[in-house]
Amino acid sequence: MPSSRFVYVTYIRTTPEKLWQALIEPEFTSRYWAETWQESEWKPGASWRLMIPDGRVGDSGEVLEIEPPRRLVLSWRNEFRPELRAEGYSRLTYEIEKQGESVKLTVIHEIEKPGSKFIEAVSGGWPMILASLKSLLETGEPLEETRRWPEGI
Amino acid sequence: MQPKGCIIEPVDADMNKVFKALADPSRRQLLDRLHANNGQTLGELCEHLDMTRQAVTKHLAVLEEANLVVPIWQGREKLHYLNPVPIYEIAERWIGKFERGRLRVLAELKKKLEGETNA
Repeated sequence: MPSSRFVYVTYIRTTPEKLWQALIEPEFTSRYWAETWQESEWKPGASWRLMIPDGRVGDSGEVLEIEPPRRLVLSWRNEFRPELRAEGYSRLTYEIEKQGESVKLTVIHEIEKPGSKFIEAVSGGWPMILASLKSLLETGEPLEETRRWPEGI
Repeated sequence: MQPKGCIIEPVDADMNKVFKALADPSRRQLLDRLHANNGQTLGELCEHLDMTRQAVTKHLAVLEEANLVVPIWQGREKLHYLNPVPIYEIAERWIGKFERGRLRVLAELKKKLEGETNA
């Protein structure tokens, strides 16, 4: 089946529980994910929104699967760029796996659409966000690049 | 206390694997092919490449060990994905916080002057 998919993996020296917290709690995400935070009741079928610091909804969707601290699947649609919003819902999967002293985080972002502009757009951001998440959990400091929401977006 | 020489931190051990994996031109060629078209099978990767299937398999194993390539099983097919996160971490380590903008401008300029032949 034709689709667009990106896969990211990072190994973080932390615990699955801490990583889970860092993925969903605003006090963590605002530090490594450009001042954004998520709103959700975090249960199957609950709505999910990613909020931008200026008050806009960045992305939205639904919690498809949730199994703390191992697996989280969200449907995910961009809300502030009409041409990306028009592509409809993508699917974002986080998988957390303990491996020795580290935790393996796998992030899969995909959409049933070849050559998706949306997947291309988010693919520029994920490596930076994940590297910053790793830095925050291992050193207490996120990367400089992800501390502020980029101007003009 | 360090008795003799230097102890390699686990972080550096991970980075060593990335540098070693990137040091080989055939492996960089495989990454280029995944960059152009992500999620390929071994068979797809072997097409138009001047490498034996065995050589490609070996190189992919090194790339996977360095976390630069991530395999995902889809039914009976093993698809290979380029994972740019370790490369981002390396760049981040040596690029200062105020240099990024200027470096981007320089990279753009170089690309323009060279006619984007290597883009």
